[in-house]
Amino acid sequence: MSINQNIIEKIVKIFLWIFTIITIFILFYIVGFILKNGIGGLSKEFFMEFPKSMGREGGIFPIIIGTILLTLAAVFIAGPLGIGTAVYLTEYTRENRITQMIRFGADCLAGIPSIVFGLFGFVLFVIKLKMGWSIISGGLTLSIMILPTIIRTSEEAIKAVPKPLREVSYSLGGTKWQTIVFIVIPQALPGILTGIILSIGRCVGETAAVIFTAGSSLRLPNSLFDSVRTMSVHFYILSREGISLKNAYATASVLIISIGMINFLSYWIMHRFIRRIEGK
Amino acid sequence: MKNTIITNNLNAYFGKTHAVKDINMKIGERVATAIIGPSGCGKSTFIRCLNRMHEVIPGTSVRGDVLLDGKNIYDGDVDPIELRQKVGMVFQKPTPFPTLSIYENVSVGLKLNGINKKSYLDEIVEESLKKAALWDEVKDKLKASGMSLSGGQQQRLCIARALAVKPEVILFDEPCSALDPISTTKIEELIQQLKQNYTIVIVTHNMQQAARVSDWTAFFLLGELIEFGKTQEIFTNPKDKRTEAYITGRFG
Repeated sequence: MSINQNIIEKIVKIFLWIFTIITIFILFYIVGFILKNGIGGLSKEFFMEFPKSMGREGGIFPIIIGTILLTLAAVFIAGPLGIGTAVYLTEYTRENRITQMIRFGADCLAGIPSIVFGLFGFVLFVIKLKMGWSIISGGLTLSIMILPTIIRTSEEAIKAVPKPLREVSYSLGGTKWQTIVFIVIPQALPGILTGIILSIGRCVGETAAVIFTAGSSLRLPNSLFDSVRTMSVHFYILSREGISLKNAYATASVLIISIGMINFLSYWIMHRFIRRIEGK
Repeated sequence: MKNTIITNNLNAYFGKTHAVKDINMKIGERVATAIIGPSGCGKSTFIRCLNRMHEVIPGTSVRGDVLLDGKNIYDGDVDPIELRQKVGMVFQKPTPFPTLSIYENVSVGLKLNGINKKSYLDEIVEESLKKAALWDEVKDKLKASGMSLSGGQQQRLCIARALAVKPEVILFDEPCSALDPISTTKIEELIQQLKQNYTIVIVTHNMQQAARVSDWTAFFLLGELIEFGKTQEIFTNPKDKRTEAYITGRFG
């Protein structure tokens, strides 16, 4: 009996170990494969120059700028909306049918394929509201796409703030709004930031929703109403149309490196923040 | 003796649960009044009615009057926010705000009330920390996080934080239940000093503590006020059999 148990225990352990190794192997293989093919194409010029002949030659400078602008637009729209919704759901209502419906709606939104968001954004923002293929159309579309993530992560973060802290704030003569702004949000900030960073990752990597709404212009945008091309769209077009596989891999490398950097940066910020909270 | 707080037929509810029943009590000015009783007897709920913190919990309600210096705090024209500046509170667990420094923790109440003048804040922070007997231990690290202090220091920080908004009354809700004996002694000494300038109401599980720090003691049981009198009399010559049974340790 106990010998059998021991053997089962060992087998389980080995299998779990193998699963872990496989997961990590896949991750490293993909990243390694892309970097191996792409890193040769990276140079100062590639980052700083405009693309020539549809991206066959030259760099991706306007594309990097386009990616940053589009992501910022999405986060600046969805951030306040999402955090506001989360505050309302957690602090201003009790659990009831309406909050459940809002939550259910947000969850459904999270499950919709991004190309549907793209189509929706195209019909509403690009055509109906006459915004054209632009940063603003793309930003609005992406913001709808990332809203559920920001709402749910912010909600969890706000819920995790201990109740007594709120009570102390009330007992010192703080109003509800002051308590939320000065006590609850700062305490929930690491969690809220996690949601926003996850969203940034999604925006940077999104292709389908962007190609429909922000277009694929290779020029540097002059205003929010100009079309831009993001790195993932550039990668898609370069490889799909067989323009330059070398530059496609190089773009993908930049994409992967920047997502890695975003994650690293956020981890660092959070770590510092937590250390400060723990008083070290 | 002047009374700071008078309750008339005070009742408190959690939904349909009747937690505090018809309490009539007169709490004297600048003395310490202890509230003792077994768990779940409504003593914490009672003091939370004195600064209208009970209503912060959804689904609760209060009936009856609480007069603070003659004015019913449940009148329609009383702003609970202003009231809570007059009636401060120290909670069971030390609860410094984790994201704030020691200095900010003490000054946060003033900031919430719109006071931002640096020189004034500096003055109040020092004064409050001195009153809370914490100044000497933290004066060189005011910028450090409140969480870097020990449990007892954290609780004194919370007392300083409550003092900074210049209350008239301070409610202590089992302030030592999460502390070690040495820290407990320090808090008790502090309460002894504070009662010279503030009206103190302290809820405690610990009868020795009630006997040490308070001048008056109220014994609560199942939401009712069983006996209320001078601490010495309650502990040496209780009139009610249930009080006697409780203080001699036969239940609770």
